Amino acid sequence: MRHNRRGEHIIRLDGVGLRYGLGPEVLRDISFALPSGSFHFLTGSSGAGKSSLLRLMYLGLRPTRGRVMLFDKDIALTKRYELPALRRRIGVVFQDFRLLDHLSAMDNVALPLRVRGVKEAEVRKHVPELLNWVGLADQINAKPPTLSGGQKQRVAIARAVIGRPDLLLADEPTGNVDDHIAMRLLHLFEELNRLGTTVLIATHNQGLIDRFPQHPRLHLERGTVYEAEEVPA
Amino acid sequence: MKLGRHSDLPLKGDATGRFLPWLVALMVYLSAVSLAGVFVLNGLVRSWDHDVSGTLTVQVQPVPGEAGEALTDERVRQAVELMRRTPGVLAARPLDKKQILALLEPWLGNTDVVKDLPLPRLIDVTIDADSNLDLVSLADRLSRSVQGATLDDHRIWLSRLINLSRTTEWVAIAILVLIGCVTSATVIYATRTSMAVHRGVIEVLHLIGAHDDYIARQFADRSFALGFAGGLIGLALAVPSLTAIGWAARRIEGGFLPSLSLPVSGWVMIGLLPVAAATLSMLTARLAVHATLARMP
Ligand SMILES: Nc1ncnc2c1ncn2[C@@H]1O[C@H](COP(=O)(O)OP(=O)(O)OP(=O)(O)O)[C@@H](O)[C@H]1O
Ligand SMILES: [Mg+2]
Repeated sequence: MRHNRRGEHIIRLDGVGLRYGLGPEVLRDISFALPSGSFHFLTGSSGAGKSSLLRLMYLGLRPTRGRVMLFDKDIALTKRYELPALRRRIGVVFQDFRLLDHLSAMDNVALPLRVRGVKEAEVRKHVPELLNWVGLADQINAKPPTLSGGQKQRVAIARAVIGRPDLLLADEPTGNVDDHIAMRLLHLFEELNRLGTTVLIATHNQGLIDRFPQHPRLHLERGTVYEAEEVPA
Repeated sequence: MKLGRHSDLPLKGDATGRFLPWLVALMVYLSAVSLAGVFVLNGLVRSWDHDVSGTLTVQVQPVPGEAGEALTDERVRQAVELMRRTPGVLAARPLDKKQILALLEPWLGNTDVVKDLPLPRLIDVTIDADSNLDLVSLADRLSRSVQGATLDDHRIWLSRLINLSRTTEWVAIAILVLIGCVTSATVIYATRTSMAVHRGVIEVLHLIGAHDDYIARQFADRSFALGFAGGLIGLALAVPSLTAIGWAARRIEGGFLPSLSLPVSGWVMIGLLPVAAATLSMLTARLAVHATLARMP
C-alpha cells in the first residue's frame, strides 16, 4: 500500500542551509536522512531551529542552499503542480496549531480529506472516529476559539494524521497536554508508525523522550543536526 | 455556506462583499448606457446610409424681378438637361412650386405667407449608386454652366454625420473596454485584499496539499456571486434610465430624426451584462489568486 516502501529514505537533506531574508544562517550544513518507517525525536534548545527545519521538510520554505530530496524527488526540480501530491503525503502538527477559527473541530480535521476530494460520507465516518480517539468526542462541533490549548493541539494532531500520511512531522505536539494525554498521543504516533508512517517529533519534553528510549534522537545545535550519540559535549 | 459549492474560507461578510457589488453595479450601469448608445448610433448610421444613397438635389437660385420667373425656368431646364447628359445619372426631376412649399411646411408652418416669395427651385437627381460619379467636379461643372445653380450633395454632408456617428460609436466601445479594465483592476485589488486578510487560511490549505485551483475556485465563486449581485443592481438602475431616455427621444422624433429606439438585440445584450460582469469578476479573481499563490513556496 505504501508506495514509498521501495525507497530507502523518505526524506534526505544534503548540505542544506537556511536564512530568513538577509539575516544570519539559522540552519547550515544540514545533512541527514529519515529511513522509511523510522521514528525519531528532534531535540534542541529554544531557538535552535527545530521549527525552521520542519518547515523545510513540509515544503513551507525552500532552503537557501543545499538539496532536499522528498519521496525520492529533488524538490528544486519538481514542477509546481506536482507539489500538492507530495504535500498530501505529509502530515504536519504545527507548533502554533494553525487551526481555522471559523471551522468546527470536525471541519478542521476533515480539511485534508476534502482537499483530496474524499467523499463526504467517508469524511463523516472517519473524522468523528478519530476525534473520539483523541478524546474530543464532545467537541466535534466546537470552534477552535472555544477550545483549550490542549484540545486545540489534539484537533491539530487529528488533522495531521487523518490522511494516514507517509511522513508525520510534529512540532511540540505534547506541549499543552498533561502526561496522561501526552502518552496517549505518543501511542497514537507509534500506532501510525507501525502502519508504515515515518515519524519525526520535535520536542523539549525530556521526560517524554526518556520514556521512549527505543526511538533515536536527532539533536539541533548551532544550526546543524547531530545524531544523538555524536552530539559534541 | 449551505448553498453553492463547498468553501473553507470565511469569505462571507468580509469587506470586499460590501463594496464590490456597488462598484460592479455602477460599471454595469455605465456599460448599459454605452451599449445602448452603440446600438442606437449603429441604427442611425444604417438608416442614414440607406436613405442617402443615390439621391442628390440641385438648387437653382431664383432671379428677382418681373422677367425673373421665365429666366429661372430656363436655368432649371438647362440644369436638368446637363444632369440628364451626365453618365451615371438615372433621372433628374424638377420639383414644382407646390412640392417645394410642401417640403417647407414643417419648418415654416402656414405656407401662404411665403407663397409669393422668390423660392429657390429644386431638382431631384437620382444617380446610379454603383457609378463612380465624381460629385465634386459635377458640382463645379454645374455652377459654371448654369448661373445660380448649385449641387447640394446630401451625401457629402451626411457622410460627415455618419463619420461622426461612427467615431462616437467607437468611443462608446472604447468606454466599454475601459469599464471592463476598471472592473478587472478593482476585482484584482479586492481579491488581493481578501487574500491578505485570509492569508493564514490560504497557507494552511496550501500546506496540506490543496491545488492552487482548489483555493482559487473559492475566491472565484465568491467573486462571481458578488459580480452577479452587483450586475443585477446595475441593470435594475439602467433599465428605467434607458426607458426614460427612449421615451423622451420618441417625443422629439420629428420626421428628420430616424428611429432612436433600442432594438431587441440591444436589450438582450444589456440584459446579459450582469452575467458578463460576473464572469469577468470570476476570471479576474481566479487569475489574481493564481498569481499570488505562484509566489508561495
Ligand atoms: N519567519 C522568521 N523570520 C525571521 N527569523 C525567524 C523566523 N522564524 C524563525 N526565525 C528565527 O530562526 C531561529 C530558529 O527559530 P525556530 O522557530 O526554528 O526555533 P525552534 O527551535 O523551533 O524554537 P522553539 O523551541 O522555541 O520553538 C530563531 O533565531 C528565530 O528568531
Ligand atoms: Mg519551534
